[in-house]
Amino acid sequence: ISHGHGGSHSSSGGSTLLGYIGIDTIIEQMRKKTMKTGFDFNIMVVGPSGLGKSTLVNTLFKSQVSRKSAGWARDEKIPKTVEIKSVSHVIEEGGVKMKLTIVDTPGFGDQINNDNCWEPISKYINEQFEKFLKEEVNITRKKRIPDTRVHCCLYFIPPTGHCLRQLDVEFMRRLSHSVNIIPVIAKSDTMTIEERQEFKQRVRKELENNGIEFYPQKEFDDDMEDKSDNDKIRETMPFAVVGSDKEHQVNGKRVLGRKTAWGIIEVENPNHCEFAQLRDFLIRSHLQDLKEVTHNIHYETYRAKRLNDNGGLHPISSNDTQESNL
Amino acid sequence: MTSNIRYKSRIPVKTEDSMEEKQYVGFATLPNQVHRKSVKKGFDFTLMVAGESGMGKSTLVNSLFLTDLYKDRKLLNAEERINQTVEIIKHTVDIEEKGVKLKLTIVDTPGFGDAVNNNECWKPITDYIDQQFEQYFRDESGLNRKNIQDNRVHCCLYFIPPFGHGLRPVDVEFMKALHEKVNIIPLIAKADCLTPNEIKKLKDRVREEIDKFGIKVYQFPECDSDEDEEFKQLDKELKECTPFAVIGSNTVVEARGQRVRGRLYPWGIVEVENQSHCDFVKLRNMLIRSHMHDLKDVTCDVHYENYRAQCIQEMTSKLAQDNRMESPIPILPLSTPDVDTEKLIKMKDEELKRMQEMLNKMQQQMHDKDQ
Repeated sequence: ISHGHGGSHSSSGGSTLLGYIGIDTIIEQMRKKTMKTGFDFNIMVVGPSGLGKSTLVNTLFKSQVSRKSAGWARDEKIPKTVEIKSVSHVIEEGGVKMKLTIVDTPGFGDQINNDNCWEPISKYINEQFEKFLKEEVNITRKKRIPDTRVHCCLYFIPPTGHCLRQLDVEFMRRLSHSVNIIPVIAKSDTMTIEERQEFKQRVRKELENNGIEFYPQKEFDDDMEDKSDNDKIRETMPFAVVGSDKEHQVNGKRVLGRKTAWGIIEVENPNHCEFAQLRDFLIRSHLQDLKEVTHNIHYETYRAKRLNDNGGLHPISSNDTQESNL
Repeated sequence: MTSNIRYKSRIPVKTEDSMEEKQYVGFATLPNQVHRKSVKKGFDFTLMVAGESGMGKSTLVNSLFLTDLYKDRKLLNAEERINQTVEIIKHTVDIEEKGVKLKLTIVDTPGFGDAVNNNECWKPITDYIDQQFEQYFRDESGLNRKNIQDNRVHCCLYFIPPFGHGLRPVDVEFMKALHEKVNIIPLIAKADCLTPNEIKKLKDRVREEIDKFGIKVYQFPECDSDEDEEFKQLDKELKECTPFAVIGSNTVVEARGQRVRGRLYPWGIVEVENQSHCDFVKLRNMLIRSHMHDLKDVTCDVHYENYRAQCIQEMTSKLAQDNRMESPIPILPLSTPDVDTEKLIKMKDEELKRMQEMLNKMQQQMHDKDQ
C-alpha cells in the first residue's frame, strides 16, 4: 500500500470565526500545570568575602536562604582554594512553589595570588551542564529533568569608586559565555550619588572595552519590545545595592535598612540605592528569561561542543586533552 | 464556561496593599512570565482525524474550530475510489483568539477503510506518525536545536460509524495499531441517526469492547484532590460520557429564535451545541478548553519517549549484530543499560557516523576524479 503525501493547504490569516472556540484557555491550562510542577531557580554569588553577598541574597528572597544562615559562623576562616557550597530551600508565594538554590563561592578573590581562581567556578557550571546532558541522552528519561544549572551569577564589584579590577575583568570575560552574569556594585552606601553615577559609567565602559556581555545580552533580544525594555536596564546596570536583614522605624513604617549616626539607609527606597530595581528585574520580570537563556543558549553551546568533541561522553577533567579517534 | 470561572479564582488577587506586604518577594509572577513568552511565541496543535469517508469528519473539524477548511474539496465517486490508497493530507490554519495564536494542523486520512480489501489500511497512518517522531528525534539529537518544528500528532479523533452494533474488526485493529503511538479519542459519528437509548446502548457496548480488546484510549487525568466539588462532578460526567456521540454542521439554522449551527430535518432541528442533542460541546470543551495542554504533554512524555527508547534499542542491537565493524571493546547485549554502556554506544554511533561521512567524501572525490 503506497501512500501519497498530499501537500499542505495553508488557509492562514484567520478564518471567518463565528463564536468563541476557547483557544485562549490554553494559557490557563499551562499555568495550572506549571503551578503544580513548581520551578527551580539556581543563583550563584561570586565576590570576595565581606561584600554582603549572603545578606543581599537573604534580602532579595526575604528569607534566610543563604549558606551563612544555615548555621555557619560569620567569622569562619577564608578557605585556601575557592569552594563551591550550595544550599537549597523551597519557598512558596501565591501558590507558586520555587526550589531556590544559592551557590556560594567562598574564597574567590581572597587569596594573595588569585590566579585561575575562576576555574573551580567554571568547572562547577560545566558539571551541571554535563549532568543535565547525561539525563537528556538517557534511554529512559525522567519526565522532568532536575535542573541544577546555574541560571544567574551575581558578580559583586567592590565599591572602590575607581574602576574594575583585573580580577573582575578576567572572571567576567571568561564566564560570560557560559552563564548569565549580572554585575552588582556591593555596599554602595559608601558612595554618594554622583560618585556612584561616575563609577557606574566607568564600569560600563570598561565592560564594553573588554567585550564583556553581561545579562541581558544584546544579541538575545527577541524583538523591539524586548530591546527597548532591556536597553533601559542595560543603561542602569550595574545596580548599586545595599543589603540588610534588620528592620528600623522610618516615618511610622518598618523598613529594612542600615542605621548609622547620620541617617537610616533604606534598602527598598529607590532614592537610596538600586536594590528594588535589582529585585524587580531579577525576580519579577526576568526570572523566566534567565532560565530560558541558560537553557536555550548557554546549555546548547555546551552541548554542541560536547557532541563535536570526537563523539562520546567522556568524563570531565580539568585538563581535557582530546585525541582524535581517526 | 464554568471551567473558565474556576481557573480565574486561582490567580492570586494582588491589591495595592499586598504589594507592600512585607514578605512579598515577587516570584508569584513567574507563571505570568512564562505565559507572556508563550503568548508571544504562539502555540501549535496537530490533530488527526481518521475514519471512513462520509462519517462527517471534515464537518466536525469545521464545527470545532469554526472554520471552513475544506472549501475546495472535490469528492470522489465510487469508481474513482477503487484505486485510491490511503493518503495523508495536512491542512494548516492560524487561528487567533483574545491575543492567543494557535497554529492548528489537521491531518486528514482520506481513503482509510474505503477499499474493498482494507488489510493494514492503517499502515500509512502509523508510518506517518512514526515519521514525525523520527524527524523530531533527529532534530532533538542534532547540533542545532534552535528552531525545531514539532509536527508530532497530538491527538487522533477516530470516527466509529453509528450504524453497527459496536466496534467492527477494522476499528479494533486500527485502534490497537495506534494506541501506543498517539492519543486516541474514539467518537460515535453522525449521532443524529440514533435515539438516546440507542446511543446509550452503543456507548456501553463500545466501552465494553475497548476494555475487552485492551485498547488504550486517551485517559483524562485524575482530578486533583483540592478541586471543588462542582469540577469533580463535571469531570465524572465527562468520563462516563465517553465515547462522545457527535454531530457536526457547516450550516447555520434558525432555532429557538437564535442562529445556531445545526441540521434541518422535517421532523425537527438538530443543534450542534445543544448538550441534550449530542456531546459536541463536551468534546470541544475537553479537546480545546481543558485538555489541549495535557494531550500535548502525554504525546511528548509518553508516546514520543516510548518511540525514542525503542529507536535507541534498535540502533544498539543493530550495532551489536554488525560484525563488519571491528570494535575493540565488545558491546554487551542490553537489558537495562547503565551509564557506561550508554557512553560506549554513543561513542560507537558517532564513530559510525564519522566513518560514513569519510566514506562518502572519498567516494565523492573518486567520482570527481573520474569526471
